[in-house]
Amino acid sequence: MPELGRAALIICLGLAVYALVAGAYAAVTRRRRLSGSAQNALLAAFVAAGVASAVLFAALLRNDFSFTYVADHTSRELPTPYTISAFWGGQEGSLLLWLLVLTGFSGVAVAFGRRIGADVLAWVVPVLGLVTTFFAFMLVAVSSPFETQVAPADGAGLNPSLQNPYMMIHPPFLYLGYVGLTIPFAFAMGALLARRTDEMWIVATRRWTLVAWTALGIGQLLGAHWAYVEVGWGGYFAWDPVENAALMPWLAATAFLHSVMIQEKRGMLKVWNVLLVVLAFVLALFGTFLTRSGVLSSIHSFTESPLGAWFLGFIFLIVLGSALLIGSRLPLLRSKTRMESLVSREATFLYNNLLLVALCLTILWGVLFPILSEAVRGEQITVGAPYYNFFLRIFGLPLLLLMGIGPLVAWRRASLRSLGRSFAWPAAIAVATGLVLLLLGAGSSWIGLVAYTFSAFVLGSIGYEFVRGTRARRALTGGSWVNAFAELVARNRRRYGGYVVHASIVMLAIGIAGSSAYDTVRERMLSPGQTMAVGNYDLTYERLVQRDGPNADEARAVVDVRKGGESLGTLEAGKNHYRAEDQVSNEVGIRSDYLTGEDLFVITDAINTNGTVVFKVFVKPLVNLIWLAGLVFIIGSLITLWPSAAEQRRLAERYRELRALARA
Amino acid sequence: MTALALVVGALLATACVAYVALPFLREPDPEEDVLAAPGALERRALELAEERDRALAALKELEFDHRTGKISDDDYRELVGPLRRRVAEALRALEPRAESTEERVSARG
Repeated sequence: MPELGRAALIICLGLAVYALVAGAYAAVTRRRRLSGSAQNALLAAFVAAGVASAVLFAALLRNDFSFTYVADHTSRELPTPYTISAFWGGQEGSLLLWLLVLTGFSGVAVAFGRRIGADVLAWVVPVLGLVTTFFAFMLVAVSSPFETQVAPADGAGLNPSLQNPYMMIHPPFLYLGYVGLTIPFAFAMGALLARRTDEMWIVATRRWTLVAWTALGIGQLLGAHWAYVEVGWGGYFAWDPVENAALMPWLAATAFLHSVMIQEKRGMLKVWNVLLVVLAFVLALFGTFLTRSGVLSSIHSFTESPLGAWFLGFIFLIVLGSALLIGSRLPLLRSKTRMESLVSREATFLYNNLLLVALCLTILWGVLFPILSEAVRGEQITVGAPYYNFFLRIFGLPLLLLMGIGPLVAWRRASLRSLGRSFAWPAAIAVATGLVLLLLGAGSSWIGLVAYTFSAFVLGSIGYEFVRGTRARRALTGGSWVNAFAELVARNRRRYGGYVVHASIVMLAIGIAGSSAYDTVRERMLSPGQTMAVGNYDLTYERLVQRDGPNADEARAVVDVRKGGESLGTLEAGKNHYRAEDQVSNEVGIRSDYLTGEDLFVITDAINTNGTVVFKVFVKPLVNLIWLAGLVFIIGSLITLWPSAAEQRRLAERYRELRALARA
Repeated sequence: MTALALVVGALLATACVAYVALPFLREPDPEEDVLAAPGALERRALELAEERDRALAALKELEFDHRTGKISDDDYRELVGPLRRRVAEALRALEPRAESTEERVSARG
């Protein structure tokens, strides 16, 4: 039923335009019923987008190749889970997912955003209507998933790299993150348009940013794991422009989540915070533009598309509109307080912000430079990993150190004596760790050694904060240590959840440093029966196995693995030839040691007709800490996201007082 | 299939239009149709209430940091005075005829 899909998208576009126009008119003329009607239009747009999505899902599941999209991205042999993931495996489907998530989030924001104030919400609706209008228009007029054709006997299939369980969840999480950043943007613009810069919009914006930031973080880690197990080049992050496109809004949102605390605690940095919200949203749009414009050559990008110019125009409109609005509201955003000392918690947040934004803009320049170079001078230039790695060290290591310093410094100002007392334990732990690692031979990479030492400092500082906090809470309320600890976290979830997130970033840093600075790589051609040594491992190539998979012909080299003479069993690495797509993919063999976090990673670079195989083998110390960091990140984010009853009570009480005042 | 699609599409469109029109259908002739928005006085009061709550939170945080040892006795003595004054000023500005500010500070802190 492509007609129903098309009709649903047209209805969605009509509703979005209504939300934009009627919503803006209602906000300007302060008409209550019209504003409610525009809100309803946004909610109904979600239903319409849901119907369009249901039509595409049904067509995918029925292998209805009369839908061009279905024929281009699936085949009869494609396993059902990947047929479902083909929904976002192509450009038109992924745009539809954008629209579905956007309208869903908009509906939730409208339904639960009423406490922000009717006047602000009235402006939030047209802003959301504007973004929804753009995406619905793209789907209706430029890139429709409901184009039809005479059905071929079979479809072209799905890119083999996308045939991996991670592709079932990695893109949806990224979309939740990208699209989620629209809501804080809408709240920020709504507050400015309504000339309301009180705390309520910042609370709503912070919560939505946290949701989007968590989803984007999880999405990136899932993507990294997908690259590690599926793409088969031995790494997890290649500074691909599209990977960078997801990292940049995450960095901008990270900066906002820190600097917003300065606004909440001290009433400062209001302009900076609005700029960060806009930056994060624009970078999310820019990421979507990168994957759809065809300006990049990447396995992620859906190339040769007419969408690029539309996206650029929309990004320009958003940047211009936001700049004009912020400029016109500057008097409202002026802060009345000043930073008291350069040695204070707020100052460390400011340094952290400057480093995060500098890193973000450096990455942006790395992505933009080759595009601009080609457009202006016609020269193809590649900005490779050395550029990004250099700046990651320059900005990333101080950021890591600041994660340890921040929690130890008090708000407003801290004396040297207080600092000395707070820093003593974490610094001692860091120095001791550095010395022990030096003695163990970690000095072969000074970057790795510095990263480990700083990581020890951060973990020491976090541990010290938990201990001091628990001790103080126990002294205050009595009871057991466990109760005091639970109460400490429950009373300030944002702070202690944040520390858990910091711990996950430290684990990530240790995993990255270990697996990149201290890894071992060997490459060798082996005949059956021959052995190669890599690190402490001995690998013997036993035999080559050929078999038929559900949708691919599989070739696997069986390798016997020994460590220090002890057998660790066998592992298989090889290649798949996907029949419908007529494409070959690497299928790596990985043996993980969860006790040490180390991976033995085997790639078959070439399988020759004479039975010899070219093996590329990596030993990656501590790489599993990266994936474990993902779990800790989720736990920390959930603690932080959990609504604070005290905050709710405080805000409710404040607005009750105001209503009483208004009645009087 | 096309006819069914058109019927479902028409039903969807009708349902959406009805839902969008709901605020007007529910209240065809309301007494007032104006969006609630705080006036200048309320905005000023909100600003003061925020200032009060921010100062109270800062005071609470200072107490806790002092208790944990993050802030030395000297720093605490230096910081606590101005903060208490800020809380008192915010309370006075917001509720000029309310009960004594010291009571409010101790009740909240």
